Amino acid sequence: MARLRTRKHKVVLSRSAGGDIGITLVLTLLGLFMVLPMVYVLMQAFKPLDELWMYPPRFYVMKPTVTNFKDLFTLMNTSWVPFSRYIFNTIFTSVMGTFGHLFIASMCAYALAKIKFPGRGWIFKTIQTSLMFHSTVTAITSFILMSAFHMIDTYWAIIIPAWGYTLGLYLMKQFMDTNVTDAVLESARLDGASELRTYWVIAMPMVKPAWMTLIIYSFQTLWNAGSSIYIYSEQLKSFNYAIGQITAGGIKRAGASAAATVLMMLVPIMVFVISQSNIIETMGSSGMKD
Amino acid sequence: MTKNTAKKKAVSRKDLTYRQWIWKEMKRNWVAYLMILPYVLIFTIFTVAPVLLSIVISFTDFNMLQMPNIVWLNNYINLFFADDIFLIALKNTFVFAVVVGPVSYLMSFLVAWFINELSPRIRAIVTLIFYAPSISGQVYLIWGTLFSADSYGWVNATLLELGFIDTPIAFFQDADWVMPLCIVVALWTSLGTSFLAFIAGLQGIDRSLYEAGAVDGVKNRWQELWYITLPSMRPQLMFGAIMAITGSFGFGGVVTALCGFPSVEYAAHTIVHHLEDYGGSRYEIGYSSAIAVVLFVIMISANMIVKKALSKVGN
Repeated sequence: MARLRTRKHKVVLSRSAGGDIGITLVLTLLGLFMVLPMVYVLMQAFKPLDELWMYPPRFYVMKPTVTNFKDLFTLMNTSWVPFSRYIFNTIFTSVMGTFGHLFIASMCAYALAKIKFPGRGWIFKTIQTSLMFHSTVTAITSFILMSAFHMIDTYWAIIIPAWGYTLGLYLMKQFMDTNVTDAVLESARLDGASELRTYWVIAMPMVKPAWMTLIIYSFQTLWNAGSSIYIYSEQLKSFNYAIGQITAGGIKRAGASAAATVLMMLVPIMVFVISQSNIIETMGSSGMKD
Repeated sequence: MTKNTAKKKAVSRKDLTYRQWIWKEMKRNWVAYLMILPYVLIFTIFTVAPVLLSIVISFTDFNMLQMPNIVWLNNYINLFFADDIFLIALKNTFVFAVVVGPVSYLMSFLVAWFINELSPRIRAIVTLIFYAPSISGQVYLIWGTLFSADSYGWVNATLLELGFIDTPIAFFQDADWVMPLCIVVALWTSLGTSFLAFIAGLQGIDRSLYEAGAVDGVKNRWQELWYITLPSMRPQLMFGAIMAITGSFGFGGVVTALCGFPSVEYAAHTIVHHLEDYGGSRYEIGYSSAIAVVLFVIMISANMIVKKALSKVGN
């Protein structure tokens, strides 16, 4: 009991009131900077036409309506490729890309983390190095390679590169390093389980937070993918691209475009809200040792 | 039984040369190679091969139509000595990276550190507020609406009303405003992966370290930060730095979306734009590969330097 009190006492000692006030102030200002534009999108989405074009403009909505959302759906119905097709494209590539990535990357991560085979060190080093440059560097030569494989203008041009995302593999491998204990694997191996079986039955259930994270990162990237240089056909383009076309329709569509933005951002935000604790848990082992 | 085999292995390793032993280990672990094969194959085709191919093509004048000729360093010489716009792009890229990289890194760390002692539920809400802009797709377009060029834009209207300006400013078409505004928007979307890594890193620090520190004479939170917190989360600081640097150099889409392409007087033209211009629109693949190689070298060296510097934190 006495110990507990001294501990509390010390925490109070090391926290000056001035620091608390300063931190709260900075945090509030930064928070406002982050949240106000988001609030403004919401406001715009629910503003009726006369409020969107009111002078002087107001930040807050006075008479919220859902007209903008209705307009958005009307606009969607007028496009020559049915909107359901764009939605299908995005969902199809997101699901295929994400599950392929989950399976292929976690299998590789398991081998790199838990099997001691020659070469694993430099293979992981190489993969880790690719975190250090942005994919725009490789976009144009990827295009050349993809046309050699006849992948241009097919779903595969989106799906297969997604299987090779680096961040997912990196986080999975680091998480397995710390959270899958060798002793458990060793006893499975002694019982005669094959490596593939050990990976799937023993290791994978132990790293659920990491696969949630991997799924979410991959899904977010694919969901937010706009127009791609690998796709020409209108019928294969993404939902985000189509939404962008509506938004690009100029000031007449300010309301509908705000509504579209709100709908598009709702999905990744909801997904994050559900999975936040899993992602944070995975990030706990994200650190780079050297 | 197991003891016996272990002993046998240890003996046999001594008898083998290094190469023989590696070969034996490779055969023993053949399943591992099978398991990494699909990923490594895709990684090689879509990440390693494009980088190597860029380097090779950058020495040619390849343009997708004619047989390429080898031009050796001509593309690089043209880039640095004949292409004025590239030099503007280079300068802008560095300005972006030098401002956005460190500021977003610091912001991510400070926010993560500030919210570390809040209750879990409030922390989750604050995390969402700060993280949301980076995952919400094209939500940054709202900055175009807020800073719209006419007096219907909220910022212009407010400034007019307060009497700071007489005529509305065309923010995203004004060479003086484009760069600072794009930096602000970039910062707004930059609290991403590194932010989450810092939150997790701070949560993972052993509480008893702080108690031990208090006994050893740590007086306030700043000392606690420097002597205990930062050294304990060095791996996360490293990972976060790499995410922040890579992001700040690869920055381009936001500028195109807000300012159009090219941005007015190339005021926010970055290497990424230059690359897309020559590779995507003009099909001068040889030249654009040289640009890609320059960008690649810049990104890797910036990351290496920062990694070196961070490994000294708390040492």
